[in-house]
Amino acid sequence: MSELKELIQDKISKESFSGNGSLKALSQKGLELFNEQGIPTVKHEEWKYTRISVVLNKDFSYAVDATAVTAKDVDAFRLPGHEAANELVFVNGIYHAELSNIRSSADELVILPLSEAVKGEYKAIVDANLGHSAGYHNDGVNALNNAFAYQGLFISVKKNKSVEHPLYCYYINDARTVNVLSQPRTLIHVAVNAEVKLVEEEVTIGTSDSFINKVSEIVVEENAQVHIYKIQNEDSHSSCVKTTHVRQLGVSKVNSVTITLNGGTIRNNLNFILEAPGCESNMYGLYCVKGNTHIDNHTIVDNQQPHSLSNELYKGIMDENATGVFNGKIFVRQDAQKTNAYQSNKNVLLSDTASVNTKPQLEIFADDVKCSHGCTIGRLDDEALFYLQARGIGEKAAKALLLHAFAIEILEKIELEPIRQYVDQIISERLDFEI
Amino acid sequence: MSEMLTTLEQTALSEYKYGWVTNIEADEAPPGLSEDIVRFISAKKNEPEWMLDWRLKAYRHWLKMSEPEWANVKYPKVDYNAIKYYSAPKQKKTLNSLDEVDPELRATFEKLGISLDEQKRLSNVAVDAVIDSVSIATTFKKQLAELGIIFCSMSEAIQEHPELIKKWLGSVVPMTDNYFSALNSAVFSDGSFCYIPKGVKSPMELSTYFRINAENTGQFERTLIVAEEGSYVSYLEGCTAPMRDENQLHAAVVEIVALDNAEVKYSTVQNWYPGDKDGKGGIYNFVTKRGICAGVNSKISWTQVETGSAVTWKYPSVILKGDNSQGEFYSVAVTNNHQQADTGTKMMHIGKNTRSRIVSKGISAGFSQNSYRGLVQVGKNAINARNFSQCDSLLLGDKCGAHTFPYIEVKNSTAQVEHEATTSKIGEDQIFYCNQRGLDTETAVALIINGFAKEVMNQLPMEFAVEAQKLLAISLEGSVG
Repeated sequence: MSELKELIQDKISKESFSGNGSLKALSQKGLELFNEQGIPTVKHEEWKYTRISVVLNKDFSYAVDATAVTAKDVDAFRLPGHEAANELVFVNGIYHAELSNIRSSADELVILPLSEAVKGEYKAIVDANLGHSAGYHNDGVNALNNAFAYQGLFISVKKNKSVEHPLYCYYINDARTVNVLSQPRTLIHVAVNAEVKLVEEEVTIGTSDSFINKVSEIVVEENAQVHIYKIQNEDSHSSCVKTTHVRQLGVSKVNSVTITLNGGTIRNNLNFILEAPGCESNMYGLYCVKGNTHIDNHTIVDNQQPHSLSNELYKGIMDENATGVFNGKIFVRQDAQKTNAYQSNKNVLLSDTASVNTKPQLEIFADDVKCSHGCTIGRLDDEALFYLQARGIGEKAAKALLLHAFAIEILEKIELEPIRQYVDQIISERLDFEI
Repeated sequence: MSEMLTTLEQTALSEYKYGWVTNIEADEAPPGLSEDIVRFISAKKNEPEWMLDWRLKAYRHWLKMSEPEWANVKYPKVDYNAIKYYSAPKQKKTLNSLDEVDPELRATFEKLGISLDEQKRLSNVAVDAVIDSVSIATTFKKQLAELGIIFCSMSEAIQEHPELIKKWLGSVVPMTDNYFSALNSAVFSDGSFCYIPKGVKSPMELSTYFRINAENTGQFERTLIVAEEGSYVSYLEGCTAPMRDENQLHAAVVEIVALDNAEVKYSTVQNWYPGDKDGKGGIYNFVTKRGICAGVNSKISWTQVETGSAVTWKYPSVILKGDNSQGEFYSVAVTNNHQQADTGTKMMHIGKNTRSRIVSKGISAGFSQNSYRGLVQVGKNAINARNFSQCDSLLLGDKCGAHTFPYIEVKNSTAQVEHEATTSKIGEDQIFYCNQRGLDTETAVALIINGFAKEVMNQLPMEFAVEAQKLLAISLEGSVG
């Protein structure tokens, strides 16, 4: 364990830390915290069910050489609807402007390296928001990304603008020759009355091991609307820790849908910090996994002000040797009266070697609230199966029908038609579902 | 509603009515913990060699452990060297009958509402009374013995039934299980032992009453219940302590073994001194309770009403090892003023067709923090395991907190596990409805709270249910308008 820490430390020390002001401070603090904490073990309550040190304990390269990746490589995994989208390509953790394709005009959408944003007109925003997630993740993994924050990207959606072209973000690890560990970092600012849709996908090129440790911080101002769609469909040699940290600073609405289809070890941290009264946050997740995929969804909803609504629904279909973890935390602070917070986690186990560990957690300090959580782990309803079979539908088809119906509740939440169809198609194929 | 809140804040907590001290001469060990103290306790109790070895082993293991910090409670650390580990009311000779018990002591129990004589004649409950750390008297022993039921103090059992104790003590909660169980194993001074032979259904409820009396003492009792094939027993436990400014430690261990077709029902009304309204004093209640359904079709049911203690740390659990076995956990935990409770259960499904049910109701008032922490674990071979958990919290006031930490771990596809939880306050519409029908707000709130806790109260044996309902009303008096 200490070996791994030293290895990473050694690598980091060879990097020269640059940046200004808050950026430099964050990098340094991240490095210090990483030195102190190292990679979390299963003794860390937040990492109890995910052995992240096993995945990280490989000879990873930090090489940031992005020149080997061509536009042709990117073509292979462009998502449907990309013709009308802003495409942002990150190679080995760093934004690659040449491969990216920005269709929106600069009065709608501004994309800058964090190292520049921290100096100019966005200084106040960066200073106030960069590294906010560290307060919720006091562990070595988050700290490691903070150490590399100087490579990050700043995205600003301008006031009163509804961005027509959704933002497709591809996080590419070029693992054709070496094992790659990348640390992408973004800070997204959505100004007053703005609206934007984000789609994120991780991609590994090549067959060596790949690890993405990504932190994305999103700041949402008054009356803004944000949709975040994540699609995770990789091979077993690709693992990731993705932290998405959303601050809602005014009456606003944020929807998040996370679809996990396959991969190595996948950890998603999704935090919603509701800092203003009257916010609405919806978090949906579907993990339909098999093989040896390990999917760990950790969510936090921190209700700090009154009259907010948060709604959370995560569903899982686990097959073969897949293991799933769900940990949902809802905090309702003392001032957050009249909060409505709902949370639900439903799982279906299709094999005896699959397992699920779930922990829906409520911490409530205000009395005038309505909070509930529920979770179920089970198999398909025998009676429903019988009903379908009695009507001439074969067992296999009946199962597929029921599972598809189970999944569709989440898929319906994707308000971007090409993406929804794309995911539906993959899920249907996975479940052998035909209409 | 705001009116209700003010009444709530204005009215002070009613006095803890069990807060007096009895002046009984006590035989005590000096404060502090060392191997010598362990030897002293063992010698005092005239224990055989193997028992002393067992204690020393536990003590040595305890030294290597550190106090757990994961619970959602905050309290000043316990100074384990300031506690007296042994305190027994002085007795001049061995007692032959109840009539020889110190009159002062009997008065104590009468004050508590457990008149040993009365109980003996009138009600149908056998009582084992434990004061400070030592069992004082056990009633109904003779009648029970006729059926082959052994119900006596732990010290007596060690002397008279060593083979049973050797076989079962520490079999469910190993001495190395956790920090407090190791401490208990090293220094436990007494407790109750109950053995129900094959096919016997206990004709009466067995009951233990615990009381901490002396100052600066810790109470470490150990209860062991063994239910042989096809037997049944219902066991009750109650506890009180005097009002003192210092915190006192109570670290008990309860073990239950249910063999084939046996059923054990364990009910607790816990009313240790909770500290005053500013959170000063009170008992630290760090208890390990665990049962094992070792045989097929066996059943263990825990029911608890928790109203006392400054800090509670308690997770009565069931290991469902036998096929078709059942585990149940019903709990009402009430916290007021500065009380903190971190309580819940663990259900470990190992056998086939095992079922468990968890119903937990938390009520927080004042500045208290009330946490439910539970684990439902379904192993690889637990085919058709079924669990249903429900934990509801009621918040009375805006300065208290309710927390839920349910852990669910499933490794079998045929398992069906459900968990649901809600948190709310008493609705204004509910109060209005009652007001409309002529109930004043106070009665209305009492009614609603009673309804909230009813599902659990219904599980309690008759005698206890009455007491528990009164307790609920007393601990919340003033906080509910």
